[in-house]
Amino acid sequence: MSLYRFGSALLGAAILAAPMALPAPALAQANEQFIPSLSYRTGPFGPNGTPFADGYLDYFKMINARDGGINGVKITYEECETAYNTDRGVECYERVKAKGPTGATAIVPLSTGITYALIERTAQDKIPMLTSGYGRSDGSDGRVFPWMFTLPATYYSQMDAIVQFIKSKEGGALKGKKISYIYHDSAFGKEPLPVIQRLSKELGFELSEFPVPNPGVEQKAIWLRIGRQIRPNYVIMWGWGVMNPTAITEAAAVGFPRDKFIGVWWAGSEQDVTPPGDAAKGYMAANFHGAGKDYKFMRDIENTVLKPGQGTGEARHVGTVLYNRGAINAAMVVEAVRTAQERYGNKPMTGEQVRWGFENLNLNPQRLASMGFEGFMPPLKTSCADHEGGGVVRIQQWDGKKWNWVSDWIEPNRKMLREMYEAGSAQYAKEKNITPRDCAKQS
Amino acid sequence: MIYREAGQYKTSYAADQAIFPILQDRIGLAILLLVAFVGAPLVASDYILSTILIPFLVFSVAALGLNILTGYCGQLSLGTGGFMACGAYAAYKFATAFPELNIVFVFLLSGGVTAMVGVVFGVPSLRIKGFYLAVATLAAQFFLIWLFTKVPWFVNYSPSGVISAPPRSVFGFYVTGIEATSHAKYIFCLSFVALLALVAKNLVRGRVGRAWMAIRDMDIAAEIIGIRPLHTKLLAFAVSSFYCGVAGALWAFIYTSSVEALAFDINRSFQILFMIIIGGLGSILGSFLGAAFIVLLPILLNAGPTAMGAPLSTSTIAHLELMTFGALIVFFLIVEPHGLARLWQIGKEKLRLWPFPH
Repeated sequence: MSLYRFGSALLGAAILAAPMALPAPALAQANEQFIPSLSYRTGPFGPNGTPFADGYLDYFKMINARDGGINGVKITYEECETAYNTDRGVECYERVKAKGPTGATAIVPLSTGITYALIERTAQDKIPMLTSGYGRSDGSDGRVFPWMFTLPATYYSQMDAIVQFIKSKEGGALKGKKISYIYHDSAFGKEPLPVIQRLSKELGFELSEFPVPNPGVEQKAIWLRIGRQIRPNYVIMWGWGVMNPTAITEAAAVGFPRDKFIGVWWAGSEQDVTPPGDAAKGYMAANFHGAGKDYKFMRDIENTVLKPGQGTGEARHVGTVLYNRGAINAAMVVEAVRTAQERYGNKPMTGEQVRWGFENLNLNPQRLASMGFEGFMPPLKTSCADHEGGGVVRIQQWDGKKWNWVSDWIEPNRKMLREMYEAGSAQYAKEKNITPRDCAKQS
Repeated sequence: MIYREAGQYKTSYAADQAIFPILQDRIGLAILLLVAFVGAPLVASDYILSTILIPFLVFSVAALGLNILTGYCGQLSLGTGGFMACGAYAAYKFATAFPELNIVFVFLLSGGVTAMVGVVFGVPSLRIKGFYLAVATLAAQFFLIWLFTKVPWFVNYSPSGVISAPPRSVFGFYVTGIEATSHAKYIFCLSFVALLALVAKNLVRGRVGRAWMAIRDMDIAAEIIGIRPLHTKLLAFAVSSFYCGVAGALWAFIYTSSVEALAFDINRSFQILFMIIIGGLGSILGSFLGAAFIVLLPILLNAGPTAMGAPLSTSTIAHLELMTFGALIVFFLIVEPHGLARLWQIGKEKLRLWPFPH
C-alpha cells in the first residue's frame, strides 16, 4: 500500500513539476550573444554528433578566450540533445529559441529531418538557420527561403563536383561508363538524386541506384551486385553513421577497389574509416574544409581552450574532420554576427540582424586570414538570391592514417544548379503560397 | 468525504448509464476541459503548447487507436507507425489534390483511408493470434513505410521524399503552415482529441465495445454467444486504424508540419505500444496517461537538471535521461502491472472511504 502511495505521489509530483521546471528564466546579462547547439551525443549517430558538437562549442570558447567575444559581445551557449530525432529536435528548438538577451542567434540542426521540420518555424520566429552541407539544396534560393543558409555548399553542388572529379579521372568523358549510387534511404540520401540522374543523361554514363534502409548495416546483397554483376567504374555513396564503415568493409569483401569509391562529406570522417582498418585505405570522400590541426585557428583553440583544460570533449577528437566541421559551422555563425555588427553596431544582434549578416557575408582571402582560416576553406560570398555563397568542393583520400587532398577545389556547374534550385524553390513557393522576394529591392 | 456518491439518486436509465455517473467526476471533467480549452492557451507559453501539449495530444490519439485494438479487442499490433504514416500521406495527398477541401474533412478522409488499409491488414487476425498476429501486423509496418519511400506519387514527386503541410485554415484561423499560431494549432488539436476520445469512450461502453471485450477475453465463448469474429475483429482494426490515421495526419500537419516516412518507423509503433502498456490496456484514460508518461517524462528528465542548474554535461544528462526513464518504467510496472489507469482507479476507491477506512 505504501508503495502505491509513493508511486502516485511521485507521479503527481512529476505532473506538477512539469510546467515549472521547463521555462528556465533567461538570466543573461545584456552584452551577450546567445548561440544554441542542437547536438546529439546519444542515439545511433552519437559517435558522429559528438565531435561535431565539441568543435562547435570549442570555437565559441576560443572566440571568448582569445578576443573576449565578438567585438566585445561575449558568446553564451547552451546544448540541447536531439538524439537525431526530429521530434526531439523540434522540442529543443522551441526550448532554446527565446533564450539570451536577443534570442537564438542562429540554428544549426545537423540533421536533414530536423532541418525540414524547422524551415517554417525559423521563418516564423525570424531566426536564421545554417545548414552547412546538408538539408534542402534549393534552400540556397534566398528569394524563397530568406531564413535558410546552405553555405558553403549543398548536396547538389557536391554531387556535381564528385561527378566532375570522376570525369577528370576517367580521361574527360563518361560516355558508356558505369556509376553506382548507394544512399541512405531517407530525405538525406534522396536529395542529390535529381542531379545525378540529370548528369547521367547529359554525360551518358549508366547509373544504378541502391537505397540502403536505415541504419545501413545490411548491405551484403547490394555489394554483391555491385562487385560481381555491375562492376561499375565508380561508386558514389551518401551515408551517415554506421552505414559508412559497413559499406567500406563490404566493398573490401567483394573486392571493389576503394580508390574508385567516393563518399559524401558525411562519409568522410575518421569515424568512418577507422573501423574497417586497412580496408579503408584509398577510400575517398568529398569535403568543404580541411582536416587536421595545422591551421592558425586550430592552434588558437589548442592554446586558449584545450591547454587550460576548457575543452568540451575528448582530446582525441580534436582535428578530426567532424570536429573541424563543427568549428567551421561555429565560425560561419560568428562571422555572420560580426558582419551584422558592422551595420548595426557592436552589441548583441537579433535573429533578423544576423540574417542580414549571413546574407552579406564576404569571406575574402584577407578576412579568412584574419580568422586564421588560410588553407582551411576557400573564399565565399553570399547575396540576397544566393545563400550558398561558395559551393566549391574538394576530394580527399584516406591513406590509412590521415586524409590527403587528391583534387583541387572543384567548381560545380553553377548555371545548371541554379536552374535546379529555382525549379525546386518555385514548387515550394507555389505549395506554400509564398511570393519570392525581389532581390533588387533589398538593401 | 468529498468524493462519494451518497445521496445522488438516479431516477432514469439515462442517468444510470451516463459516462460519469458520479457528480464529482462530472465536475472534475468540466474543470479539466475548462483548463485544457481556456486555461492552458491563456497561461502556457508557445514552448509548452507546441512542443509538449500538442505532441501529447497527437500521441494520445494514436494510443487511443492502439488501445481499441489491443486493449479492448485483444489483437496485438505492431503496425501503428505504418498506419500513422498512412494517415499522414493520405492527408497530404487530399490536401494538395483538393486545396479547397476543409482541413477537418481532409483529416477525417485520411482516417477513413487508413481504416480501409487497416481492414486489409487485419484479415490475418481471423486465423492467427497473439505474437503471430503481431508479426503479421509488423508486415504492415514495413510494407507501408517502404511504399511511401518507394512511390514518388505519394510525395507529389518531391525529390527528398519529405511532405510538408500546406497552409490551411478553419473558421478563418490558420491551423497549419507558417501563419498558424501555436494557440490555434493547440485548440484545433484539442477539439479533435476531445471528440475522438468521446466517441471512443462511447464505442467501448456500447454493444460494439462489449463484443470487442468478449473476443478479447475468450474468442470461442464469444462466438458461441453469437458474436461474429470476422465483423468484430475487422471493425476493431478499422476503428483503430482510423484513430492512428488521424493521429498521423495531426502529427504531420499540426505538430512537425513536415515529415518523412522515417518518422513513423518501427520505433514509433513500439513507443505507442509502450504507452498503452504503461497507461493501462483497455482504458481510455490509460491512453492519455501513457502518452503523458512517454512524451512528457523524457523532456522533463532532460530539461530538469539544466533548469535546476546542475553542472552536468549534455551527454551525461542525455544518458541519465535514458537510465531514469527505463528505471521508472520498471518501477511503475512493478507497482501496478495494469498500468497508470489502474493506479488512478485504486486511488479513487480509497478516496471514497477517506478519511474513515475500515
